[in-house]
Amino acid sequence: MRTRFQQSLEELRSKLLRMGGLAEQAVDRACQAYLNRDLARCHMVLEGETQINEAEREIDELAFDLIAMQQPAAVDLRFILAVTKINSDLERVGDQAVNIAERVMDLVELPIVDLPVDIGRMAAAVSAMVSRALESFIEGQAELAQAVLEMDNVVDRMRDEAFISLVKVMNDRPAVTRQALDALLVSRNLERVADHATNIAEDVIFWVRGADVRHNVSTDAPMHQAAPDAD
Amino acid sequence: MPDLSKSTQGLPRMGLWRRAKNYAATFFAGAAVFLVLVPLTAIFAYLVYKGVGALNWAFLTQTPKPVGEAGGGMANAIAGSVLILAIASVVGVPVGIGAGIYLAEYGRNRFGNLVRFTADVLNGVPSIVVGIVAYSIVVLGQGHFSALAGGVALAIMMIPTITRATEEMLLLVPQAIREAAYGLGVPRWRTTLSITLRTATSGVITGVMLAFARVAGETAPLLFTAFGNQYWNWKINQPTAALSLQVYTYAISPFDEWHRQAWAGALILIILIVASVGAVRIVAGRGMLKGAS
Amino acid sequence: MGVGIKVEHLNAWFGKHQALHDINMDIAANHATAIIGPSGCGKSTFVRCLNRMHETIPEASADGRVRIGELDAYNGTAAVQIRRRIGMVFQKPNPFPTMSIYDNVAAGLKLNGFRNRQHLDEIVERSLKLSALWEEVKDTVRKKSGASLSGGQQQRLCIARALAVEPEVLLMDEPCSALDPISTGKIEELIFQLKENFTIVIVTHNMQQASRVAEFTGFFLMGRLIEFDKTEKIFTNPSDKRTEDYITGRFG
Repeated sequence: MRTRFQQSLEELRSKLLRMGGLAEQAVDRACQAYLNRDLARCHMVLEGETQINEAEREIDELAFDLIAMQQPAAVDLRFILAVTKINSDLERVGDQAVNIAERVMDLVELPIVDLPVDIGRMAAAVSAMVSRALESFIEGQAELAQAVLEMDNVVDRMRDEAFISLVKVMNDRPAVTRQALDALLVSRNLERVADHATNIAEDVIFWVRGADVRHNVSTDAPMHQAAPDAD
Repeated sequence: MPDLSKSTQGLPRMGLWRRAKNYAATFFAGAAVFLVLVPLTAIFAYLVYKGVGALNWAFLTQTPKPVGEAGGGMANAIAGSVLILAIASVVGVPVGIGAGIYLAEYGRNRFGNLVRFTADVLNGVPSIVVGIVAYSIVVLGQGHFSALAGGVALAIMMIPTITRATEEMLLLVPQAIREAAYGLGVPRWRTTLSITLRTATSGVITGVMLAFARVAGETAPLLFTAFGNQYWNWKINQPTAALSLQVYTYAISPFDEWHRQAWAGALILIILIVASVGAVRIVAGRGMLKGAS
Repeated sequence: MGVGIKVEHLNAWFGKHQALHDINMDIAANHATAIIGPSGCGKSTFVRCLNRMHETIPEASADGRVRIGELDAYNGTAAVQIRRRIGMVFQKPNPFPTMSIYDNVAAGLKLNGFRNRQHLDEIVERSLKLSALWEEVKDTVRKKSGASLSGGQQQRLCIARALAVEPEVLLMDEPCSALDPISTGKIEELIFQLKENFTIVIVTHNMQQASRVAEFTGFFLMGRLIEFDKTEKIFTNPSDKRTEDYITGRFG
């Protein structure tokens, strides 16, 4: 039994979960900051960014060490590879939260206007995706991850709708162009976060099933005891 | 923290005790070597001392003179010993090695155990008994004493030693070497002869030399097989002189001249044995390669 | 050129103990196939059944079908004939200690009655070149004993010896287990080149080695073939739980 190695994998897992918590929190705070024009929250997001970067580096180092020193194979190898990819996705999620916070800081000086876009609803959907993706990682559940992939389409549609209506606002009411543009950028940031959540879900599926589901590559049932053909 | 001070305190005394044991063991080993070497060198020195006086050209080239006449030599006995030992080797070595091969490669069964037991018993049979056996088989069969009968008697004595030595040496050859040959598609008999036996060559030669040296000085089995002869004889079916026989005859005689010749004969016999063993070692060693074990 | 090996319902015994149970396996020509598994799982026994070396052990027996190209190994073919077509390299380098390097390589041919001097010279040189030993020994090939070489060189000498009889298949039974990493690296590189002309079956305890050199990998456990698939499949996503447990070191 490679107990020490198993312990290291467990450590890697808990580090990534902490990292996931930080990223999730950053997105939630950024959305709250936008909806409430809350500068204090913006600063919390910016401070959180350094923590996330620090966590990303730690996870990468540990994963790198494990690959170099333990020569993991099969499910362990897939796990570590998935962790490194999820890790970098989470870091980008943190970056998107920072982008949103920057929009908010740009926005606070401008008057509040009513815009035909529901950023709150979109934020809720995106945040649900991130937490579901992390949950699928915790549980090692490919089915949960599969659900995240489907939610991505919903968020994409929200982004498209927001785009159309906000462009219309910019044309009709040039005075609020800046507010509309900020809203447009925030919706794009949220859509990016959703993409990262999707990537995370795909990595979980790769880890659990050993199948690559990116870009709709078909996942054939694995051969068993089949004679390999000489190609 | 374990208490290290105690054990380190004990160390110097332990070292002393250990060194004392080491010295004692070395001393006993050295003493044993000394005890082995003393009789060996003493015998050889005494032989040289007693025998060298009677050694001269005539001794090496002439046949014995009749009783009472001075001079004469053991040339015919030297030649006879060479002839008899050659016959013994020609008969005994192939049979001994063959039996050894059988025991090592095919003898893991009851028959093999029987052969092994027989060889060990034969090894312990008194040489005079072996002489009687050769007498009853060869001499009685031919109707007269002969070099052949002497050779057969010595061969019978050589066989068990060579057999067991060959077996032991072949068993020392790692199984991996045999497998390497099988893996090349070499049949088993070929593997045994060309690989296993070849690998064990130096050990087998040692065994053969041991057997040879042991029988070269034998007298008893030759008494009523080769019988002895005062004249030259090169025929294998005629009675033949042998150094050991001649030494024996001269040693029990009442004449001082013959006693001196007996010492010289014994010296020649030992020199012959050492020389032939040495020669075989050199010839066998020449075939060896650099780095071969 | 290498030939494929088709194994059907192969069983092997040591006395009454059954060491292999109903092995079925298709070994691809001109590829390397690795056999992995814990000690005593029957992987060595399996490769030794392929060239009928198994039966050289007292009381050992085997049945089933092994087809080497068009030859039926257990039916109407003499064992020595099979072994001439299947070279074997053993765990510990075992050059013939009393023979020169040259004689070691030529042994398989000479002992089987091949005596054409000039042709022998060519084969010895070619085999030593194939096993990447020629440059290191070409000046002492007739003077030095095979046993005087280093462990890694001895193993390459044994490979040359096996190649000299021009087999179609090369069986390697843990060929690197007694070697340092540099010699191991040389032999692994060699395996890659040899694949062009030979079918290679390599037993190994070192899973990294299996994944480095072999296209296909079979996992044995307690005398049974548990899983046989492409190497990358076995090492990234094996189908059987037992394979995965072994690969990831969770096993016993």
